[in-house]
Amino acid sequence: MKAASRTARIIASAALTLLGLLLATFLIARVVPIDPVIAILGDRASASSYEQTRKELGLDRPLYVQFARYVASAARGDFGRSALTKNPVAQDIGRFFPATIELATGATLLGVLFGVPAGIYAAARRGRLTDQLTRALGLFGYSVPVFWLGMMALVLFYADLGWAAGPGRIDAALEDFVPRVTGFIVIDAALAGDGDALRSALSHLALPALVLGYFSFAYISRMTRSFMLQELGQEYIVAARAKGLSERRVLWVHAFRNLRLPLITVIALAYAGLLEGSVLTETVFSWPGIGQYITNSLLSIDMNAVLGGTLVIGAMFIAVNLIADLLYRVLDPRAR
Amino acid sequence: MTVKLGASIVVLAALLALAAPLLAPYGPDAQSLADRLQQPGSAHWLGTDELGRDILSRLIYGARVTLGIVALVSVVTAPIGLLVGCVAGYFGSWVEAVLMRVTDVFLALPRLILALAFVAALGPGIVNAVLAIAIVSWPPYARVARAESLTLRHAEFIDAARLAGASGGRIVLRHIMPLCLPSVIVRMSLDMAGVILIAAGLGFLGLGAQPPTAEWGAMIASGRQYMLDHWWVAAMPGIAIAVLSLAFNLLGDGLRDWLDPKQR
Repeated sequence: MKAASRTARIIASAALTLLGLLLATFLIARVVPIDPVIAILGDRASASSYEQTRKELGLDRPLYVQFARYVASAARGDFGRSALTKNPVAQDIGRFFPATIELATGATLLGVLFGVPAGIYAAARRGRLTDQLTRALGLFGYSVPVFWLGMMALVLFYADLGWAAGPGRIDAALEDFVPRVTGFIVIDAALAGDGDALRSALSHLALPALVLGYFSFAYISRMTRSFMLQELGQEYIVAARAKGLSERRVLWVHAFRNLRLPLITVIALAYAGLLEGSVLTETVFSWPGIGQYITNSLLSIDMNAVLGGTLVIGAMFIAVNLIADLLYRVLDPRAR
Repeated sequence: MTVKLGASIVVLAALLALAAPLLAPYGPDAQSLADRLQQPGSAHWLGTDELGRDILSRLIYGARVTLGIVALVSVVTAPIGLLVGCVAGYFGSWVEAVLMRVTDVFLALPRLILALAFVAALGPGIVNAVLAIAIVSWPPYARVARAESLTLRHAEFIDAARLAGASGGRIVLRHIMPLCLPSVIVRMSLDMAGVILIAAGLGFLGLGAQPPTAEWGAMIASGRQYMLDHWWVAAMPGIAIAVLSLAFNLLGDGLRDWLDPKQR
């Protein structure tokens, strides 16, 4: 009973955050120094047609009514039409979304794959070279601009060494041969059984995913290290060691069991962070995701597109955190 | 040790920024098309950009912009965070519930992307960039200030002030806020690296300082076109950003460990 009410509370708090996000984008749309009526009619419109359009847009109603309407239309998935592409923003986002998810997922996988072991070994060898190296790598990851690292990676690994494919999701020549099923090009190529396309897609994904994954590595390894240090100070670890268990078993079986829970939250936060970080990375790698969609729309002040993209990324951000909170409750016996 | 390293780099950057006209070998906007895209060498230590401007000089002047943004953001966010946190912590009850709820909502929103949307709406420029960053940056300070003022709420000197007839506003402003300031400053030094990175991102997207202002993020953006053959144009400003935010990270980490021995 108690657990159910706590779960309800978590969901309610996520809903409130979502409402806050909607309020933020609603207010941002209001501060744009462009009169929406004039944007539609042009500044030569007569006073009567101006008034009429104003009424049609609902701009004569009080702010809270406008906000309620805004929330209702966002709930229907209606973010208006993009001034740049002329499509409904929701449709555009649907087209660009899979690329962003593909990149963020690939990057998070890399971050977890390298970050968790690095954090664990850094903690186990505290103060020694492994530890210093992991911490330095992590600190650097907290300090360098992601778009810059992406550019330098392109210069080095694509232009100079030729190890990785360049910008884009797949070689242009192969692009039309991959039937769009899921929108995730790696999966689509695999489904089509097209080896060349799959290799090309993976090779294009590698560099941006590594660059972005580095940032989640920085975060994940740092948090893992600090969780692990806490665990290693516990008495059950001393007991396990006194029993003569191998160090590997102590770390990966005994201590790791207690790391899984906090790590869920950390990985979720890393994933959410990457969704956001993709905004700057996608531009550099010409990766056709929401980030690029937003940045392209920014400069032409296509606010419907910008705010629609902001809402979708923000909602994902909130959803990922909600899922992590709920998982935590399911997996932690004390929280049940 | 790390605190000292971080602090000395920050101080050095501040000195460079202050003395930019004395130290920069060239003017930040002095073009010389004959010398465009020169490799780093003896005449131009860090090379020149696509207009023949000396990159080192632009980096030195760019420190003014970046540190200026950092300073302005702190000046705007710290008071907001302090006020929200201290009022919530001191008054408690529904005031606290409402304020902290709002703070939590802000805290749960993606910072960078909201700042982007804000600047896009307000129009590009440094002032708007500062505003946008400030709007998304105050919540952590509010949390810190609240935690701090919770412990002060029932302190005897606060009771004494109340008995002496001080109003709630006076107690918050004169007695609680000053005592919350140190922890907010530590928290801020931790956030400065993030502010630098967001500012650079905005500049990179053309939403921050406008050309020809020497701003590090914008310099990276303009070097992007030439990066395959002239890597230094984009590389140098990125290194400057990384070094300065690394310095703030070292400083912030060190200050936090120093104040909170448990973290050591």
